[in-house]
Amino acid sequence: MKRGPDYVTHAVLILGVLLFALPVWLILAGATQDSDAIARGELSLLPDPSGLGIYARVLFAGAPGSQPVWHMLLVSTGMALAIAVGKIVISVLSAYAVVFFRFPFRQLAFWAIFITLMLPVEVRIIPTYAVMAGFGLINTFTGLWLPLIASATATLLFRQVFTAIPDELVEAARMDGAGPLRFLRDIALPVSAANVAALFVILFVYGWNQYLWPLLVATDPRLDTIVIGIVKLIGVENQTDWGAVMATATLALVPPVIVVLLMQRWFVAGLTEGEK
Amino acid sequence: MDRRTIFGGQLLPALLVLPQLVLTLFFFYWPAAEAVWSSMTTTDPFGQGSVFVGLENFAELFSDPLYLQAILRTVGFCLAVSVLAMAVALLLAVFADREIRGRAIYRTLLIWPYAVAPALSAVLFLFLLNPQVGLIGRWLNRHGIPWDYHLDGGQALLMVVLASAWKQVSYNFIFYLAGLQSIPRAVVEAARMDGARGWRRFRTITLPLLAPTTFFLLVVNLVYAAFDTFGTIYAITKGGPGQATETLVIKVYRDGMINQDIGGSSAQSVVLMLGVIVVTAVQFRFMGRRTSA
Amino acid sequence: MATLELQGLRKSFGETEVLRRIDLTLADGEMLVIVGASGCGKSTLLRLVAGLESPTEGRILLDGTDVAARDPAERDIAMVFQNYALYPHMTVFDNMAYGLRIRGLSRDAIRQRVDEAAGLLGLGELLQRKPRQLSGGQRQRVAMGRAIVREPKLFLFDEPLSNLDAKLRVQMRAEIRRLQRRLGVTSLYVTHDQVEAMTLGDRLLVLHNGHPAQLATPIEVFEQPADTYVAGFIGAPAMNFLDATLTESGRAARLAVGPVLRFPDGPRPGPEGRRLTIGIRPEHLALAAQGLPLAVELVEPLGSESLIHGHLQGGVPLVVKHPGHAPGGETVQVALLPEHMHVFDHETGRRLPPIGAETGAPRLVAAGSDQ
Repeated sequence: MKRGPDYVTHAVLILGVLLFALPVWLILAGATQDSDAIARGELSLLPDPSGLGIYARVLFAGAPGSQPVWHMLLVSTGMALAIAVGKIVISVLSAYAVVFFRFPFRQLAFWAIFITLMLPVEVRIIPTYAVMAGFGLINTFTGLWLPLIASATATLLFRQVFTAIPDELVEAARMDGAGPLRFLRDIALPVSAANVAALFVILFVYGWNQYLWPLLVATDPRLDTIVIGIVKLIGVENQTDWGAVMATATLALVPPVIVVLLMQRWFVAGLTEGEK
Repeated sequence: MDRRTIFGGQLLPALLVLPQLVLTLFFFYWPAAEAVWSSMTTTDPFGQGSVFVGLENFAELFSDPLYLQAILRTVGFCLAVSVLAMAVALLLAVFADREIRGRAIYRTLLIWPYAVAPALSAVLFLFLLNPQVGLIGRWLNRHGIPWDYHLDGGQALLMVVLASAWKQVSYNFIFYLAGLQSIPRAVVEAARMDGARGWRRFRTITLPLLAPTTFFLLVVNLVYAAFDTFGTIYAITKGGPGQATETLVIKVYRDGMINQDIGGSSAQSVVLMLGVIVVTAVQFRFMGRRTSA
Repeated sequence: MATLELQGLRKSFGETEVLRRIDLTLADGEMLVIVGASGCGKSTLLRLVAGLESPTEGRILLDGTDVAARDPAERDIAMVFQNYALYPHMTVFDNMAYGLRIRGLSRDAIRQRVDEAAGLLGLGELLQRKPRQLSGGQRQRVAMGRAIVREPKLFLFDEPLSNLDAKLRVQMRAEIRRLQRRLGVTSLYVTHDQVEAMTLGDRLLVLHNGHPAQLATPIEVFEQPADTYVAGFIGAPAMNFLDATLTESGRAARLAVGPVLRFPDGPRPGPEGRRLTIGIRPEHLALAAQGLPLAVELVEPLGSESLIHGHLQGGVPLVVKHPGHAPGGETVQVALLPEHMHVFDHETGRRLPPIGAETGAPRLVAAGSDQ
């Protein structure tokens, strides 16, 4: 079986890597270059180290007509964290109730949650806006995350995870004197830590990447997320400060990518297990 | 399905499901009901009141050639994105599954785009395909191939398909790789003993064994292309030029939020909901069959 | 240290009756083994005592107090599970300490008890390991340790050795017995393995389809099985059964395969021609110059002895355990030794003792009385 390196395989994979990396390299390199040159179409593939100041500029001052990037990053981080943590908390609780108890309307409660799989926000844009307005949640930070934390996916995942906890483990804990809440805290959650971690990554990325929802509920620029901000920047192509756009795009890209890369192992396992 | 061991009590579980139920009620069922209601009303042209019109909005919708075109466009768009994203992902996964040096590094470098926001992938593609600042767009124009997605609807559609598919490849890659790794080694070895090699082995052994993954991904990709690409499309073209890249979700947003046609937009929402319900039902039907087989 | 008494215990799942009326008393410090084939209800019985299931009917008295309505945690019972059920995310120390912490013991008291149990089980070096870093035997010890530190009134063992390989099983079996004797904790031990049952129990309860078939010491169960089920279940290879009828005014049995065997221990009741089942263990059959012809089908040499499988005339199967090597040849002559013969009623399968003898062993449960 000893053969030389498999050049075809390497070639295909390198091509794939480049396919993903090229656009990102473009903005990394472009951010440091002169905006007028980019606008004239003179984008170089080599970064200009002297232009790194652009990052400080967009971070603290922002591109013309936009919030400083640090503020948008703050909103995005807050929103992504609130969505990830909020979803995990309410899903853990409801899945735990459905799996470990028998109570009236248990099946009904489960199905009521399950059906929401079929109602993504994109299909109920207008009515949701009306409801949000009724609650006074338009242009509030709460409005950015609260309605997004109720969803069936996380509940289904935890239901699966909790169902897989061996009966004997529960019985051992009961013999040891653990009640339901204690069992949740001491056993069920720690045993599911890998799933929680995976789900956290998935939900953080989901929250960070939201576009339609913040577009819908927040018109106040102070609530602009980084994703909203970057799209606003490219809105008027003629007077665009391309360097600032590229620097902002880089900063928008980096946090979720880092989260995914740092937690790659859990995330991949959790994603493929959870969906099956 | 159900556990043997459970805890006693009724109040505690009720309290535990309450938060999610309340949120679900307020932010899912209420808006959904509202959508159904306003899809059957129309705003009085002179006042603020709304008038019940039954299924009139739906009748209007389905006699509107623009809407029918949007349906066809959306179906085509979804299929193009799904097939492209899945095919590239499968190709990469098959090669990444081989025993080569640097496997782990390749995988990492192919997985990270999962984290890219759909709207952000639009920004990235702008720097590739914009006629003035885009690397490839500029190159095309300089070599006598007129390229401007602001003007040419077909080019605009091509661009949003590429940007949308690009972002989805790594998701599919993760699943195809997991699928390939779950094919028992003995099956592959048996096929080798039988003399199946290369393309033939891939077509007769690997591909059929990946069918469940492929089906699952097809559903996920179609749903992604139908809904999650709002950011990608809206950031690049806002649905234009004209209606060239107006998918159903873009149209709901344009008609409802921009043009304030609440009744019509709600009717579109209801149609979309029904669509999602059908897709989900089909998915569970087949997934259920798979697990019982 | 406690006594356990089960009174009229019954359990049904919907229409299915899993346990039909169990009455049982365990003396302080006694080890009682519940043995039976899978599905006989033995695990259910254990779970009822543990409080993991609630009985359909009957009382569970622990030291004279009915605990049937209590939560498992309030019964002061510890259990060792088949798959050990160790908390995978906790160290060995924490696994053992968890129940004590919930009970609010002081830090020092917990450390002292865990250290003591760890010393007893030879786990001292492993206290900071996680379960996945332990071998099967070590995990088994931790599960035992978790039960021991609780200093409970009662130990329950649910097939604790069935996940171990054969060699380790023998070793742990002896260890469990030694520990239980030393600690003197009243114990219920469930197993499907008859060797385990014979070696571990002060007494055995043989369960058959939710019925208590026999409750007696291991030797009694082996030497005076209460019915054909117990007779066939205990002992390996299993007892041979031969059809027979009562003859010579109850003093002998006429086997369907021919010979007439006189009962050495006295006549059996019943009319001439009463149908009987005669049981005889393979080790109580001997090859002889004169006997029943056995058509040999298979010989299994076990080294020090051989198992000879064959058919008597009329196709009646028979297994003979022969010390040493089996002779060659297609047919051997087998002699039955009447002093080791077990006599059962053919209809009910129940043991048929000689007239005048007690009906069954002294501690035999009145089983099947509800039929």
